[in-house]
Amino acid sequence: MSEILDANLLREDLPGMSELSEVDVVRHFTRLSTWNYHIDLGLYPLGSCTMKYNPKINERIARLQGFTLAHPYLPAADIQGALEIQKALETCLAEISGMDAVTLQPAAGAHGELTGILMIRAYHESRGHPRKKILIPDSAHGTNPASAAISGYVIETVPSNIRGTVDLGRLAASVNEDVAAIMITNPNTLGIFESDIAKISELLHSRGALVYMDGANLNAMMGITRPGDFGVDVLHINLHKTFTTPHGGGGPGAGPVAVKKMLEPFLPYPVVAKTAEGAYFFEYERPQSIGKIKAYNGHFGMHLRALCYILANGAEGLKEASEIAVLNANYIRAKLKDTYALAYESPSLHEVVFSDRLQARKDVHVWDIGKRLIDYGFHPPTVSFPLIVPGAIMIEPTETESKQELDGFIEAMLAIAREADETPETVKTAPHTTRVGRIDEAAAARRPVLRWKPE
Amino acid sequence: MTPDDLLFTKEHEWLRIVGEAGTIGISDHAQKELGDIVYVELPKPGMKFNSGEPFGSVESVKAVSELFIPVSGEVIEINEDLGAAPEKINEDPYGAGWMIRIRLSNTDETGDLMSAEEYDEYIQEAAE
Repeated sequence: MSEILDANLLREDLPGMSELSEVDVVRHFTRLSTWNYHIDLGLYPLGSCTMKYNPKINERIARLQGFTLAHPYLPAADIQGALEIQKALETCLAEISGMDAVTLQPAAGAHGELTGILMIRAYHESRGHPRKKILIPDSAHGTNPASAAISGYVIETVPSNIRGTVDLGRLAASVNEDVAAIMITNPNTLGIFESDIAKISELLHSRGALVYMDGANLNAMMGITRPGDFGVDVLHINLHKTFTTPHGGGGPGAGPVAVKKMLEPFLPYPVVAKTAEGAYFFEYERPQSIGKIKAYNGHFGMHLRALCYILANGAEGLKEASEIAVLNANYIRAKLKDTYALAYESPSLHEVVFSDRLQARKDVHVWDIGKRLIDYGFHPPTVSFPLIVPGAIMIEPTETESKQELDGFIEAMLAIAREADETPETVKTAPHTTRVGRIDEAAAARRPVLRWKPE
Repeated sequence: MTPDDLLFTKEHEWLRIVGEAGTIGISDHAQKELGDIVYVELPKPGMKFNSGEPFGSVESVKAVSELFIPVSGEVIEINEDLGAAPEKINEDPYGAGWMIRIRLSNTDETGDLMSAEEYDEYIQEAAE
């Protein structure tokens, strides 16, 4: 070792590592798991995140040895089944979204956005000029402007109107030959369907610009309408939202991107293709491709789980899932709208946004309400987003929750509103039942401790 | 009370002009809306901006927001203290929480800005 490293870089003693028996380690992690909140424990109403239940059949299928022991470097002849699964998922996603071609590579929604915008850039470049601007509504996910900026575009914000949708007049004033695309979420982050979407698409297309749709909320429209049919050219789909693959700590995400025909040449390589004899293979010869954006062809285990969910539900089942997701959100809206102020009166689809306006009179704010919900046994909803709603409370129950679970949540929200009125301190100092009380978020962000050090 | 020697933007920045120099920060209303501020990104001295351009960003526990310059000018000084103590913006937005000082390109450019009284009315209307 001393031949390759300088003496001052070599350790003389072993570092002070803890030594623990197996049982101590097992108990440590088991104990930690009981302090956690997760979708197997109860409702997780994080708006925009679509925290639906992840069916256990997905996990059983994904653990079959034929899949777990396969490797993308095996000869194509030995992984025909895995390639067929990826192709089948691409076909299903194209059918559900009304698009022509799909890449499964992106590892998450934001990664899909970046992939999509890079394809839009490559498309415009192939026609002579990449253009300059991307238009983004003020209700958008923060990842939208970030993806556009990383792709080298200037962002122009499009304001919302009083209905909570894109202001068509203001949009028309912004559309010109400098605009590469609009990035639009539909239904938008307020849970409201952009009813002018066909007109918006026409407007953009009339000036040679494209329409990118953030498909985070695809769960509201499966089998009812299709982005490809209302003019969308590029769309990312979150498998970990709409298609029941795990979120975050439960496994890697997956953000496939679906495109219309004219963008197909720009898809990342490799793509799953078929020989004249009908055998699947990874095609790398894609001269106009934006290149590789992920190892191999993305997170195969997630593709498998998503396909499992799609096939288990079938076309009718997926449509029903969207209908129930919308019904559940509207049930919560109807039960809470007299107690919490609705942010917008427009009809809700799969999620509903309230503001803390009524509770704020007693100095009880959205974050207090969220913390108090923990005491009642529920995960807090999304708070302080979308940014255009002061004190936003964004609730998305998804279709997987029973009426009993929704009623429990509604009761808790109503009880908290009563407390906010009668005993506001109870809410403002919550949570009271957790192992750790209210954490000083500002101190954690201002002076983060990022590394464990031996004492 | 909003200090009456300041001018305000609709995006909630304030400007205090002394001669050709202008000091810029965000309003008390803005810091309250943002909540606890945890990080500020400021430009380097010498950088020039046109009126209305973003000159930095402010990050709170809730969100990251862009900062827009009320008038055109060149940055001559930034508030270095905010790096270690961004909470000064919450505690004293019109004093120790100032962000940048600029040399104004054109002292006649302040026509679109609001007086303290107009600004108070503006946030009152927005609340209703």
